[in-house]
This record gives sequence, C-alpha cells and structure tokens, in this order.
Amino acid sequence: MDVSSLTIERVRKGLLGREFSACELAAEALRFAEAENPKTNAYLRLAPERAMAAARRVDEQLARGEDPGPLAGVPVAVKDVILTKGVTTTCGSRLLEHYVPPYDATAIARLEQAGGVILGKTNCDEFAMGSSNENSAYGPVRNPVALDRVPGGSSGGSAAVVAQGTAVVALGSDTGGSIRQPASFCGVVGVTPTYGRVSRYGLTAFASSLDHIGPLGKTVRDTATLLGVIAGRDPSDATSADAPVPDYTAALDGQVKGLKLGLPREYLKDVASESGDLMARGVDVLKKLGCDVREISLPATDSAVACYYIIATAEASSNLARYDGVRYTFRSGSAETLSDMYRNTRGEGFGAECKRRIMLGTYVLSAGYYDAYYLKAQKVRALIARDFANAFQEVDAIVAPVSPFPAFKLGEKVDDPLAMYLSDIYTITGDLAGIPCMSVPCGKTAEGLPVGMQILTRHFDETTMFRLADAFEKAGTA
Amino acid sequence: MAAPSPEVMARYEAVIGLEIHAQLATATKIFCGCPTGFGAPPNTNVCPVCLGMPGALPVLNREAVELAIKAGLALNCAIRPRSRFARKNYFYPDLPKGYQISQYDEPLAEHGYVDITADGHAMRIGITRVHMEDDAGKSIHDGFKDSDRYSYVDLNRSGTPLIEIVSEPDMRSSSEAYAYLAAVKQVLEFVEVSTCDMEKGHLRCDANVSVRVKGADKLGTKAEVKNLNSFRFLKEALDYEIVRQIALIENGGRVVQETRLYNPDTGETAGMRSKEEAHDYRYFPEPDLVPLRVSESWLARVRSGMPELPARKRARFISDYGLREYDADVLTQTRAASEYFETAARVSGDPKTAANWVMGDLMGMLKAAGKEISESPVSAANLGDLVKRMATGELSGKLAKDVFAKMFAKGEPASAVIEREGLKQISDTGALEKIIAEVIAGNPKQVEQYQGGKTTVINFLVGQAMKATRGQANVAVVTDLLKQKLG
Repeated sequence: MDVSSLTIERVRKGLLGREFSACELAAEALRFAEAENPKTNAYLRLAPERAMAAARRVDEQLARGEDPGPLAGVPVAVKDVILTKGVTTTCGSRLLEHYVPPYDATAIARLEQAGGVILGKTNCDEFAMGSSNENSAYGPVRNPVALDRVPGGSSGGSAAVVAQGTAVVALGSDTGGSIRQPASFCGVVGVTPTYGRVSRYGLTAFASSLDHIGPLGKTVRDTATLLGVIAGRDPSDATSADAPVPDYTAALDGQVKGLKLGLPREYLKDVASESGDLMARGVDVLKKLGCDVREISLPATDSAVACYYIIATAEASSNLARYDGVRYTFRSGSAETLSDMYRNTRGEGFGAECKRRIMLGTYVLSAGYYDAYYLKAQKVRALIARDFANAFQEVDAIVAPVSPFPAFKLGEKVDDPLAMYLSDIYTITGDLAGIPCMSVPCGKTAEGLPVGMQILTRHFDETTMFRLADAFEKAGTA
Repeated sequence: MAAPSPEVMARYEAVIGLEIHAQLATATKIFCGCPTGFGAPPNTNVCPVCLGMPGALPVLNREAVELAIKAGLALNCAIRPRSRFARKNYFYPDLPKGYQISQYDEPLAEHGYVDITADGHAMRIGITRVHMEDDAGKSIHDGFKDSDRYSYVDLNRSGTPLIEIVSEPDMRSSSEAYAYLAAVKQVLEFVEVSTCDMEKGHLRCDANVSVRVKGADKLGTKAEVKNLNSFRFLKEALDYEIVRQIALIENGGRVVQETRLYNPDTGETAGMRSKEEAHDYRYFPEPDLVPLRVSESWLARVRSGMPELPARKRARFISDYGLREYDADVLTQTRAASEYFETAARVSGDPKTAANWVMGDLMGMLKAAGKEISESPVSAANLGDLVKRMATGELSGKLAKDVFAKMFAKGEPASAVIEREGLKQISDTGALEKIIAEVIAGNPKQVEQYQGGKTTVINFLVGQAMKATRGQANVAVVTDLLKQKLG
C-alpha cells in the first residue's frame, strides 16, 4: 500500500471497497511516518494508541454497516498548538515540554467524530511565532521538496507531512500567514477560513483576534472536505460565527467562467522575478478559464506589516502570560523569590522570537504608548478591512502572491527578524480583515521550488474560493 | 509624630471614595460552568477555562449579566446598551491566565447614586460606575508544614463573578463611608444580587482617601487603602489614615500617592513596597469576547423583575402602617426582615404591635439563638396570628410572651401551644369569682389593710389571683371584681 499518495477520496474508496481496513491503513501510515520523519523532523511525536483506537472505531462502524463519516479512516496530522487530550502538546516550546492536555480542541473532537485518525502532532514555530519553522524548541523542520530549505512557518510541520505523504491531510493554524506560506513553500494546498468559521477552543492562543485553525492537503477537494468537518458554531468560543456551513465539495464544479477577479497592484511590486512570472502564468490560466481579471488597489497595504506586528504582539504578550512556572509549565529551579521564579522560568523557557514579541507587545500596550501604537493599529486594521470591502464591491475574488519568494535556505534569514516580518506582507492582510484566503500550487521555479497563488474572497464565501482554486488546480500549471 | 489637636483637625476635611467588590450570587462562574460554592476541597471546582489552560476560552454567563444589570438599576445607574470587557494584565500565582477579565473604558453601568443618612444628615453619594469582572484564586501563605518555603494556591474562587462599584469622592468622614457601605450592602441584598457575606469575602472594600484644608478647591494627594473587609475595619482604617495624613502635612511633610494596607491587629495602615504596587496593567479590549449588548427588551425584562427597593419600602412603612422612622429603618434593613414584618402585620391586623414584636421579642431571641430571620422557628404568619390573639383579648401580654417563647422553642403555631398548655385568658366572671373568694378568705390581713384605706394593697391581691390562675386571669376583670367584693 502506498500511503504517500492517498487523498481523502481514495481512502474512502479503499475502505468501502474493502481494499484495506482502517486499522491496516493506520498501521501502515504510522510505520511510514516513523520511517520518513527523520528526514524532515516534521512530526514531534506520533500518537499510535489514539490513532489505532480511532481506526478500530471506523472498522467497527463499517462492519455494522454504519456510515463512519466523511473522514473515515483518513490519517490526519495536527499542528502541536492544537490541544489533544492525553497526547502531549508542546506548542514547539520548552515551557510545555511535558504538558498533557486534559481536553480536546473542538476541531479535534469534530475531526474524530467524522472518522478521522489522528496520527500525531507536527512541529511548528514556538507558539506559532515564525515564518520558517526555525523557532521550534525541538529543532527546525526541513522542506521535503528541498531538504536544505525551510518548509515555511509557523505550520511548517503540517505542510511538510502533507508534501512528504506522511499524512493525508493536516490541521494548521494561521495568524499572519502560517498556513498559506508553508503550503506555498511545500507545494500543497493550505486554507485560512473566515475568522469565526472554525472554533478556536483548544487552539493555544497567539493573537486571539487573528488566530485561525485551517486545513492543509494535497488537493483543494481534500481541504474543502476537512474544513466542512471542522467548521461551524461552537458554544465554547464566543467569537465563533453562527453562519450555516455549506457543502464545500458540492461547489467544486468548475463553474468559474465570468468570475470577476482582482489583482492588487500593491502586491506585485516586490515579488521576486521567478515567483512573479509563475504568478503571471497562473493569472493567464485563470483568464483562459473565462475569468474576468482586472487590476485593483488596496491602498492600506503598506501599513499592514506595522499594524500586524503591533496587534499580534500586544495580544501575544497577554496570551503568553499564563506560562509562568506556577502550574503546568516548566519551572526554573534556580529561583529563590517569586519574581525570580517568573523571570528565570520565562527567561529560560521562551525562545528568542517569543521574547522579542512579548517585549514588543508589552511596550505597545504600556501606559503612554497605547494610543500611539495599539489604538492607531486598530484604526489601520479597519482601513485594511475597508479596502477589501471596497474591492469586493467590484470583484468576486482577489488573486495575489503568497510570499515574495520561494522557500529559502535554513539559517538564511534567522539573523534578520525584520526581513522575516516583511516577508509576511501578502498574507497578513487577509488575517487582519478576517476574510477567507488560501494558497494553491501555481508551479515551480527552475530549481524545482514550489510557488503558491493566493485566493481571497468575501467573509464566509469559502465556496467561491474553493470553486476557483479547484478549477485552477484542474487546469494545471506549467 | 504627634497627633494633631482637635483644633487642627477641624481645619481639615477628608475626601473619600470607595471601591466595593461584590460577589454575584450565581450558581456558576462568570466564564465557565464550574460551581461557585464556598468550602469545596481546594482545586475541585475548576475546569480548563478557570485554570487558564492553553486554548481555553471564556463564555459570558448571562445570569451574571442580569444580576449586574439589577445592581446597576438598584444603584440608580444608566445601563449602557453596549459595554465591553478588557484584560487587566499582571502576574500573580493565583491569577492563572496572567490577566483579569474586567471592564475598563466601557463599563456596564454608570452615573448612579445612593442616598444615605450619616451623623443625622441626609446626603447623596454619586456612583461613577458598576462593572463586571472575574475573581482570582486564593493564595494561602500559612498553615502548612512547609509554609516557610512555599505558598499554596486554591483556584476554586478563580472565575467567580464580581461587580466593582466605584463611588465618586463624595464622602467626608469615616461615618459617611460607613453609611454608604451599609446602604450599598443593603441594596445589593435587597435585589438579591449578592449575599454580601463579608466573612466569606462576598463583599470587599478599598478606599481612596485624601485630606485638604476646608474650603480648598484642589484635591489632596490620595492614598488607596486596601483590606477593609468589615465595617469596623473601614471605620478604623479611615480614621487612622485621615489623622496620619493631616499630621504629615502639619509637620511639613507631603502625602505620597501609594497603596496602603490596613492591619487590623495594630489598627494602622502601612505603605506597600513600591515594587509591589508599581503596576501598569496594560488594559486592552478582550479579543476572546464580543462586546456585551443589552437590548431594550432585555433591560425592560430585568427592570420589571426588580423588587421594591429599601428607600421606597421605608417610606411606605411609615405612610401605610404609621411606623416611626426608626422602626421603619430597622424593618427595612434586610429584605427578609421587611417581608417578615409585612406578612406578620397583614395577618395580625395591628401593624404597630406586629412591628414591636418583630423588633423586640423576635429579633432578641433570634440574636440569642444566633439565627437569621430567614431561619426563624416562628413563621411570620404565626407571629401575626399571635399578635391578633392579643389584640382580640384572647391572650394577655404576659401570656403572649410565654406562648411566643414556646412557639420559638418548638416551632409550633400559637394555637397548638395554647391548646396543649390550657393557656387561654380567663375573663369569665363566673369562673373568676370563686378564685377571688378564695383570695379574700386566704389573706385577711391584707383585706383589713385595704379596707383600712391602704388601697395599694389591691395589687398584692390581684397578684395572688393571677398566681392562682397561673397568669391566665384577665387582670382588668380580676381588679374590678376585687374592688366590688371589698367595696
């Protein structure tokens, strides 16, 4: 059995056709993941007991003639910032090295309810802060496409396992591009749904007003299926939306002729030439499909990085306060007083990037600075959202690059955090506006590095986004 | 430093504002479904939300909002149609999230007041705002074998719903502050927003205090005095702090803005180390909660469920029942007392006598037994019935007291006690004539004295008749009969 090329559809066919049982598939997927993982360090740990128990439930349901759900038997990997009851969840941090959650995230419960088989937890930047997966306390992830390169971040492990074939689909989280950018770097599909579409209950908070859980997969269809399972109102998350969840896969009908697409000119000026060329060819494909492509303007884009790194760090400085050595975290042994215990625990426990963001966020919320930074950033955020609202008066979807450049070499940018922040420019705007956005593969550079194209649509209009991405995917790229 | 003389003291006035925290009487916590009960084993009424686990999110308890709205209305506040929660960030071991979820620039209720009477003067104290927030857990620093090295944390209280009531700096003395706290406590109990049990920490109080020379426009520098968790502590701490500040200024010093802790053992306040109080709370809107919207219809529904408030009830007791002001005050101290009285008054048909009984015998015996009025063994209707029997002459005052004592001891209605003990008043002249004949025959010396002109001896003879009837004889009838016989 070749588990590396499976899709959700293929798994379903295999199970219903009795080609293999869910247990056989899970066992083989676990074996393959264990064998392949040393190449990439994409999994932090496998969860064989939980996986086999889930697979057994699916087999039992099949034996009773029951429908085991849309994800029946599908091996899923989960980013290690999403809580799994009884399975250690580290968030890529030394502080949570031994943290075993007492509850499941809502997305996890829904995923298993639908028959999904959680294989294990994937590596990520510490507390999802980073764009290269080099900020993990458990070592960087290598890009399976080019092992000397980063997989992107912060959901680098989730993108890598899908690209490597050690999971069929994966859950990631996105605060400023952490699903789309690694999806683009690893040549897979990655989706950031509308803010509020998927419950955040059980997602370790980085920046609460920007955090999303979303799916990654080899195909648009797989991500549409997975999102359909995890989406929907959750009473445990006050910010989750009470909007109906349509059947996303039913929209994958190729009907994109006449769709009006906008190409924001502010997103094209700083793109590396090869990525820009691939993007241009992608746009040509969309035109051939009958889409009406026009240039649009999103004028607030220039302020987006500054705005994002104020709001995200402000919220992060507060969200990370709970890792204080008092309860479930690592505690420094070298302290005599309470304040030293805090200082030493957090000093020794957090990596450099988290400390940098905690300091930034603490600063922008401080007395005397709040108005100049946090409040102003909130106003800019409103302008960015208004830009998109204006654009969607004119177009049905926006097409844009995901990243200014393809996967870079490990270590290449670690010493330049500002350059790393600036590379988030095309993805953070979607998070700030709370609109759905995704990355779909758009070809490869001469060196064979994947490049993704980003599609953004109106709030809660994932349907149009999936329809367009699916048609693009099927039309193929150069 | 010498205490200032009364003359010096008289030149100054204090300016006092209070921050009162009251625990809302909900069954569950403000952001999760854990019970709020008191006295459970440590760290048992907890869940991922109130433990501050990664990934846990708050969901606002609607019942807590309703109680907070009730408090706002009872304190004459305007309820904002849209309010908002904010995070107050600070590190402390019993604060598991690293921040408290409170309200900051958009509180639930504002611009209220309460009317008080202090030192014989009626006055109005402004209420700046009433906002909602979650409580922290409890740090326990003593009582364990290793308390010299460790502190323990109990998170049962973490997430308990609170309101904070912030007054205007409208009070000028400790007795005004005392009266204000009493008035707020009374109102909160009346509308059943909080049990206000100070011993359990359900009502806590901090004070902002400054002094200035009388007539000055500018406010002096204030100190925040914490740990005023009983009425006595509030008064003592304020009195101490006012004298301290005046003495400081009189001696050429300056009051510094600081947080001071009241020590009930010494009766003094002491500044906390500046490190402990140097807080920049870095407030910002809580992104995990959507703004709280109170619709017109919700507000109307809460308003229609509000009970009559103490001030109004007091006025009604005076006008409808003819009670004295003092009596009306006492009987509206708590909602339970006022309801008890009204029931007893209605049943008795004699409100004034009923009032005397509630305030006198009932409250006295309850106090002696260490019971609340809600736990009274004599129901309000039964007390009313007893008063009615007195009013109709069925029982004498003395008999009624005996009957009441037995009702209190056994929880029985008056009829049962009277029946069993045969305690009915004897007014029937036929039955009493026989007894009076015996008294006259048995006390010839006194009879002779009476007939000799010493008429006060009649009291002795009446007493003898009462004794013979075990107090059941109608005193007036006995006296009349004796006078007739001895003529």
